[in-house]
Amino acid sequence: MTKKYLGQRMTRTEDPRLLTGQGLYVDDVEIHGMLYAAFLRSDYAHARIKSIDVSAARSRPGVVAVYTAEDLGDFWQHGPPLVPAPHSIEGVIFHSRTQVPLAKGKVRYVGEAVAVVYAESRYIAEDALEDIVVDYEPLEVAADLEKALEPDAPLVHEDLESNVASHLVQDKGDYAAAREKADLVIKRRFLIDRGAAGAMENRGVVAHWDEKSQYLTVWDTTQAPIPVRNGLANILGLSESQVRVIAPFVGGAFGPKIMMFLAEEVLVTWGAIKLNRPVKWIEDRRENFFATTQERGQIHDAEIAVTRDGRILGVSHTFLHDTGAYNPYGLTIPLNTQSHSMSGYDVANYHSELTVVFTNKMITTPVRGAGRPQGIYLMERLVDLAAKELGMDRVEIRKRNFIPPDAFPYNHQIIDQAFAPLHFDSGNYLATLEKATDMIGYEQFVKEEQPRLRAEGRHVGIGIVSFVETTGVGPYEGGRVTVEASGKISVATGVGTQGQGHFTSFAQVVADQLGVSPRDVRLVTGDTLEFHWGTGTFASRGSVVAANAIHAAAVNVRAKVLKLASKVLETPEEQLELVDGLVRVADTPQKSIGLGELAVLANPLRGAVEPGTEPGLESTDYYGPQYGATANGSHAMIIEVDPETMMVDIKRYVAVEDCGTMLNPLIVDGQVHGGVALGIGNSYYEQLIYDENGQLLNASLADYLIPTASEIPRMEVGHEETKSPLNELGSKGAGEAGCIPTPALFAQALEDALADYGIEITETPMSPNKLFELLHGKKFATNSTN
Amino acid sequence: MNNLSTITVTVNGARYERTVEPRLLLSDFLRHELGLTGTHVGCEHGVCGACTIIFDGQPVRSCLMLAVQANGHEITTVEGLGTMDDLHPLQEAFREAHAVQCAFCTPGFLMTLVPFLEENPDPTEAEIREAISGNLCRCTGYQHIVDAVKLAAKKMSVGGES
Repeated sequence: MTKKYLGQRMTRTEDPRLLTGQGLYVDDVEIHGMLYAAFLRSDYAHARIKSIDVSAARSRPGVVAVYTAEDLGDFWQHGPPLVPAPHSIEGVIFHSRTQVPLAKGKVRYVGEAVAVVYAESRYIAEDALEDIVVDYEPLEVAADLEKALEPDAPLVHEDLESNVASHLVQDKGDYAAAREKADLVIKRRFLIDRGAAGAMENRGVVAHWDEKSQYLTVWDTTQAPIPVRNGLANILGLSESQVRVIAPFVGGAFGPKIMMFLAEEVLVTWGAIKLNRPVKWIEDRRENFFATTQERGQIHDAEIAVTRDGRILGVSHTFLHDTGAYNPYGLTIPLNTQSHSMSGYDVANYHSELTVVFTNKMITTPVRGAGRPQGIYLMERLVDLAAKELGMDRVEIRKRNFIPPDAFPYNHQIIDQAFAPLHFDSGNYLATLEKATDMIGYEQFVKEEQPRLRAEGRHVGIGIVSFVETTGVGPYEGGRVTVEASGKISVATGVGTQGQGHFTSFAQVVADQLGVSPRDVRLVTGDTLEFHWGTGTFASRGSVVAANAIHAAAVNVRAKVLKLASKVLETPEEQLELVDGLVRVADTPQKSIGLGELAVLANPLRGAVEPGTEPGLESTDYYGPQYGATANGSHAMIIEVDPETMMVDIKRYVAVEDCGTMLNPLIVDGQVHGGVALGIGNSYYEQLIYDENGQLLNASLADYLIPTASEIPRMEVGHEETKSPLNELGSKGAGEAGCIPTPALFAQALEDALADYGIEITETPMSPNKLFELLHGKKFATNSTN
Repeated sequence: MNNLSTITVTVNGARYERTVEPRLLLSDFLRHELGLTGTHVGCEHGVCGACTIIFDGQPVRSCLMLAVQANGHEITTVEGLGTMDDLHPLQEAFREAHAVQCAFCTPGFLMTLVPFLEENPDPTEAEIREAISGNLCRCTGYQHIVDAVKLAAKKMSVGGES
């Protein structure tokens, strides 16, 4: 088998469809007789519902039904917990309080659904929302993460004694003892606030119940169609084989579109069955701000213990994690934060105390990065502060502490999001840092260019940081590979696609095994009728878990092809090769047979069946990793800050990534670019601003600033390729990496650019306003700004 | 609802006559009345640019217009550019430069850029970034889109000379 296509910068097979507006998205599904659902959402973050009057809405022409929680009867149930408590951590406290389809008794966040309308058009459905009268009795609000823990704080869930959703402690080594031995201990508080995933396509669900065949078809903007199918079947009291969930083209996802069993998914499907009409719900952008899950809110009180020569002896942090009003996603985010709080450094002693807090705000679930950017921010900031205090170069201190390449697999001795000991499988962390240092010209900039520009009164700064990314977690994915009679290959896998180019990169994997062009490999993803084992697209796992499953299936099919061809061509398998859609004898290429002909022979007619054989050149196989493959990288940037306007001009941005074997480097580069752009938003432009009443103040794209082409610089991407020893392809995930180091990088570069002001940045996102306040708070350490 | 209006609109060269509510958004009209679902709706408040169409030669946001305002006007949507077998040079360039990921924003970018390249056939990177600064993309970080526009400009100027 030759590697003809794997690793090539191939253009994408799916693009002609997408570029001509022919890709099917959920809102493009039209079914005769379809109703449109709209949700009345709470305007209060915390209030008792005294009464709801839907009579006017029900009598509006064109309205078919209006329901509140009371109307749902036994169907009203809390959603299933998606991730259980990490039982493998001793002493863990975990109070599971999952979301409800419609609020009953009280509302717990602004945007929580209170009533649902089904009408003949979306316009009528939204009109009818205005007819509904809800009498609320406002309650005190637990909006602030710290205040929510005060003894007299209002309770989000009144059956609990406090707003503590979870508490756990993880230790490695003995931090207290390490601290005693340290020459320097640095302690700081770090604030990290929420942002939106901000996919360009909002969420949506279309459900069609066919009464005659008793079959439910659901088009859903989900990242996890198979778990959604299984869960919906359970919730709706149907057999799994009565439910087909299709995740068609999805217009970006970034985490919240895992979206399992929130109000909309549940009530659109239930409504379609109850009313026996197809139902569509398409979220609008305002709802996306209020009712799509968010992430990142944490407060860390952290410290690092180091020796005089910059060796890290230990790290300790006590942190609060904001889970919002409910916690269906368990502890995935804060466990990820812990897994990245030592980053790629050989830290022998670690202490982490986590408290997860219920607040009267939207639920948090993973958003691209998923707890990792917070951990990296914490560690990289601490390392920067230590370097500064020790008078040491920031690159040098990192080099002194990396886990060396011969120390893998490296057991970090804490429990990760998969509830297993955190292992880093492989990596060469020094190599990515050195490459980033070279690419940005660190030495030259710091020694020559920066002093020269500073002398001109310009505020230029450089940043350089490193990071790791745990990727490709289990449990497993599967793939089915079939040679069709036409000689073309069809492949089905369970994961959905939201722009990652699976139709091309997975085809490249198969093409090399079967000696065909990737253009002759047709992929189906995210349709439970085609494949119904697996989990979904998240945690940077497509190119690791799904690709290796498809690879395994393709290897099996190759073996079947060779076995049959050997018989037909009367040649030993070792002398055969698969080239250009043919199996041929290597030294007699004219002696050959097409894959299509073989496929026909493999589907025998009457009388030709050999006992004990299976028909077809087809195989289904699976891949489930023992633990995840750890990617890593280093990013660097040069910025200039205007200390009058606080505008930041990113002059250069270098991203060096090591995601193991790249299936398609063109696609990997695109993933890195997009991740960095989100990271820049998370660093300086994007913050969901809630007031003390739990009201989101910037719930529009005019107020919540997703960076445009004017803010995002040209990026220079470099690669190292340390293959994962855990899987056949050697791949590691790349989807989230880009956004993970950026907030830490931004902070370091800002401090460097404004060195004459002596500022210290311990908060993210920053913003021009916050930077202004920080500089003025310092009362202008210097006036030499010209 | 009473008070309906009958409008005549030319879309991608075809003439459509429809009776609509005056409040119907142009974006909804194109997508749900005419079935031209290539025009995508991302924010319905005029910021994201996903719904951009060409209206009498100019790029406009179809979510900020009513269908009745299109009466008697000419519209081009993404379906009016190239076809899958015969892509417009800009579409070809988007493919070659990997300017497409989830593709939800893509039609809006294309419809913004077609008139831009007509006005400015040889743009600088800064001009391209300015031109697309009213279109949001969450997947690509814009870099490959900028590259695609440069590539398209080259393709189209070569095409023009031949």
